Amino acid sequence: MADLELRSIAKSFGETVVLEDVSLHVADGGFTILLGPSGCGKSTLLRIIAGLEQQTSGEVFIGGQPVGHLSPQQRDIAMVFQTYALYPHLSVRDNLAFGLKIRGEARQAIESRIGEAAELLGLADLLDRKPKELSGGQRQRVAMGRAIVRKPKLFLFDEPLSNLDARLRTTMRVELKKLHQRLGATMIYVTHDQVEAMTLGDTIVLLNKGKVRQIDPPSRIYTTPADPFVAGFIGSPGMNLVEGSAAHKAGVWTFTSGDLTLTLPAIKSPIPVEGVSRTVLGIRPEDVSLAPSGGPDTTLAGVVEVVEDLGADLILHVLAGGRRFIVRVPPTRALKPDTAITLYLPHRRLHLFVDDRRADWE
Amino acid sequence: MSRRILLGVGVLLTVVVSLFPFLWFVVTSLKSQRQVEAVPPAWLPSGELSFYQAALVDYHLTDYILNSIMVAGSTTVVTLGIGIPAAYALSRLRVAGKTWILGGLLGVSMFPQIAIAGPVWRILDQIGGLNTRWGVLLPYVTLTLPLVIWILASFFKELPTELEEAAKIDGCGPWRTMVLVMLPLAAPGIFTAAILTFIYAWNEFFFALLILTQPDKQTLPVGIALFQGEFTMPWGELAAASVIATLPLVILVLLFQRWIISGLSAGAVKG
Repeated sequence: MADLELRSIAKSFGETVVLEDVSLHVADGGFTILLGPSGCGKSTLLRIIAGLEQQTSGEVFIGGQPVGHLSPQQRDIAMVFQTYALYPHLSVRDNLAFGLKIRGEARQAIESRIGEAAELLGLADLLDRKPKELSGGQRQRVAMGRAIVRKPKLFLFDEPLSNLDARLRTTMRVELKKLHQRLGATMIYVTHDQVEAMTLGDTIVLLNKGKVRQIDPPSRIYTTPADPFVAGFIGSPGMNLVEGSAAHKAGVWTFTSGDLTLTLPAIKSPIPVEGVSRTVLGIRPEDVSLAPSGGPDTTLAGVVEVVEDLGADLILHVLAGGRRFIVRVPPTRALKPDTAITLYLPHRRLHLFVDDRRADWE
Repeated sequence: MSRRILLGVGVLLTVVVSLFPFLWFVVTSLKSQRQVEAVPPAWLPSGELSFYQAALVDYHLTDYILNSIMVAGSTTVVTLGIGIPAAYALSRLRVAGKTWILGGLLGVSMFPQIAIAGPVWRILDQIGGLNTRWGVLLPYVTLTLPLVIWILASFFKELPTELEEAAKIDGCGPWRTMVLVMLPLAAPGIFTAAILTFIYAWNEFFFALLILTQPDKQTLPVGIALFQGEFTMPWGELAAASVIATLPLVILVLLFQRWIISGLSAGAVKG
């Protein structure tokens, strides 16, 4: 096992820039998620770490050693592919043994490692089957087994669960988490699924258009998004984001967007809010409440448009000040469309982004 | 319903028309000398095997068979030995100008054989390749390689890249990736290419006639063609020899039928 460091990785295919100045560090035993919408460069980044793709500039360090010039087979990593990539002509046992045989491990050692992995992943009864005789979930486990037996420095996962159905995905997610806890291995995991990202990783690297937007633990990504993109990408339903302008007059901060004017808490170490190109105010659906929160609130009168009953929660679509807000509340009140309600936006839960940078409250 | 009957009749007709010459040879080979010369022709053969014995013993057919097996077999081995790595490299590795190379191969295979006959003969004469097995092997390999590379390259192209990448990460270089992962998966394509090469070399007449002038080196097609004497036309022996020459191919194709069909139709339907 080893740590991983990326220093200013850039990658372009001809004129197309895929990655720009990506730097990050994954500690030994860490579980880092590369998250982002499709086409953000996350898979390319993983392939650069694996050595399947060559970076245009920058360097990759595994265990402190630069590996940019090494081929995949010299990097001592294992990768689980989205399509599993099991060798179709080999049995499960031979699939697991393949990498070990290539590396010239002794037969006894191979047998015992296969035994361990098979037990860990519940593959013992399947060892003599061919991949085509396995279900999707079983193939996935074989693919993981093939990575585990190698005891590599790094585990790389390229959207490994995205070909499974929703239920199996949940099960495998938990298994993967357990696996990480048992092996204590360094894992890098690519996904576009924010639930996987939030539940699996200890760190999320959020990418968009080839750039790192934020590197933080999941909870911090959720509570303190660094920019409007991160704020909108994480969370379901997504954060309410309103574009407008902020102003500071007579000691009071306000935010205006069309007919909507809201009072804001004071901004820490005031940043220039005039002459900026873009100001965005955000609040998460579950942070809006229908009753005073107890602290300072900004209130907003609105009308319920649509009610979606999820059982555990109600999702309200509320029209307020000419804007549509999504609100998630406990199903305590019977709410019907066209009901007039007051929304309470707790000051501490508001997010303000000025020119794509987060502004902190005092 | 009537369309199906029409189709059935059409198929039957096609099969009969294509098989008739061969069937007629089989019938002729089983006749007696008298039946061969009978007018009107006898439809049912007497079933004696004297022509087979004559062809094999008097006309030295066994020598020709042996020569043909050696030439066709070595052509197949050498062509695949060069063709497999070439096709793999051209389809899966970074090779500069691979489109040009593939296009060039296709262009080369378009040359009519007669156009290169003279140069080939002169080259072989210079290097002492006339009347040798390797002398025919050279043009055979040259002529079969383009087709084999095209068949195999299109086959390798269809195989998923992830498997190659998985093999790389598992520690394989290009050679081991090809041999341990890609070859087993490309087996149908390799069988198809092998059989087509073998059939070509087995049936090839023109270069064999040009290069192999001594009877002890000649292959089946040349040997059978030379059965004909100055004043005689040994129909029965010719028929028996032709049947013997065709049989190995029929058996080969029947044996590997399943592989060949999946090889020829690869890429048409996603497997």
